[in-house]
Amino acid sequence: MDKVIIADNLSLSYKEFETIISKANFSIDAGSFVFITGASGSGKSTLLKSFYGAIEPRAGGLLVGGVKMNRISTSKLNYLRRHIGIVFQDYKLIKEWTIEKNVMLPLIISGYTKEVSGAQVEKLLGHVRLSHQSGKYPPELSGGEQQRVAMARALAHNPILILADEPTGNLDEYSSQVIWNLLEGANTQLKTTVVVVTHHIPEGLNVPYKHFHIESGSIHEVA
Amino acid sequence: MKSLKNHISLIIALFTVLFSVQIYVGVDRTIAAYETRLKNDYSIIVVAHKALSQSEFKAMDSLIERSEAISVDQVLQRLQGEMSKKNLDLLRITLPKFYRVYLVRFPAPDEIIKLQKRLQSNSDIERVEGYAQTHDTVYKLMLLFKDVVQIFSIAIAAVTSLLILKEMRLWQFQHADRMSIMALFGAPMWLRSAVLFRLAIVDAIIATAVLCLAFFLIDQYGWMDILLHTVGIDVKLFDFVDDSLRSLMIALGVSIFLTLTIVIGHEEEE
Repeated sequence: MDKVIIADNLSLSYKEFETIISKANFSIDAGSFVFITGASGSGKSTLLKSFYGAIEPRAGGLLVGGVKMNRISTSKLNYLRRHIGIVFQDYKLIKEWTIEKNVMLPLIISGYTKEVSGAQVEKLLGHVRLSHQSGKYPPELSGGEQQRVAMARALAHNPILILADEPTGNLDEYSSQVIWNLLEGANTQLKTTVVVVTHHIPEGLNVPYKHFHIESGSIHEVA
Repeated sequence: MKSLKNHISLIIALFTVLFSVQIYVGVDRTIAAYETRLKNDYSIIVVAHKALSQSEFKAMDSLIERSEAISVDQVLQRLQGEMSKKNLDLLRITLPKFYRVYLVRFPAPDEIIKLQKRLQSNSDIERVEGYAQTHDTVYKLMLLFKDVVQIFSIAIAAVTSLLILKEMRLWQFQHADRMSIMALFGAPMWLRSAVLFRLAIVDAIIATAVLCLAFFLIDQYGWMDILLHTVGIDVKLFDFVDDSLRSLMIALGVSIFLTLTIVIGHEEEE
């Protein structure tokens, strides 16, 4: 099976003599559903950031979608990010843009035509049950609704990999359920690799998943 | 309201740059027109032993445009009652020839001295009067004025460029969230910064339009024309086709260059 992420003795840190992740060795198969858990401050979000190039490996190697993340050039990083969908705990929506335009963002960046983008956005807003809110702006929506918009945006360009950082951390039950259903659907129907960083794994998931746990800078797979 | 305030700050700064450039261009044009006027009025007086033709003068120096013989009739007329006709005729023959020599352009002071020396080296020429002293003072005063305006314009352009940079940093700060979100989804630098470039271009166009309007009003009011006419200069301070195009190019150039500086600087910081 193809690997989407390969970490080889990967060490991560923000400062030189500090270690957040130390000599991690793991890989993530294409089309798999992966949870990364750990206590607060254990480095799970930092690890996720390294997958989309927000932090560079301090030592060791990291391959994401076949792209070497060590000293990655801006153009390569942009290329990689155009094939990744990211969901943040704080949504990261553009406040001045409508919901429709926010969802359209990855499609605009990838250069899709207005017709293609419009149809895709309409379909996705239907999936997240926000079609009626498409003309509104993010501050006009609740937290749960905003996260559903962010989810729709992450799926808009049919990414090979979805990275989600505590996607349901602050959400009500209904919105959480919508998010998990969408992540499951992307994984099972579109074969998209999904990596979710979370404090605890939700119950009643309908997909097989892998579970990595971070403790004291080390990563191990939980059987 | 806040956004309008930001626009106005940049428009005023760009307008100031354009206005100072246009003032420099206007002064340059005025001086050029004044030089032409001086050139037309200015001539060297040459006293020669024998009659010299136009082509002989021209052969002496490339700066010489034409020569004009100064008639001695007026002087002789005054002497008519005091001298006999025979003596007057004799005087007419023995009097040296006087010429007014016109030049192709308004010369620099050292050029006058060189020209004088060259003319005087000719054995047929007895005396040359260049009025270099008077000429030198006027010319140097003019150059000084031009230099002062140039330095003033450069200083204004430098200070306002710094103001524009500050203004753009504010814009960048305002749009930082949007730009960083776009970066997370792989937007290239130009796309992330498109909003900054759009603002810069729109404000450059508005600043140019305001400049055109200002000079249109100056032209309509006509007080500058009156001032220039009093010193005998007829010059167009603002050419609505050439000058507005040049101003637009400058405004776009300055704003796009400064936006690029901010964007590239931000890219390196990242």
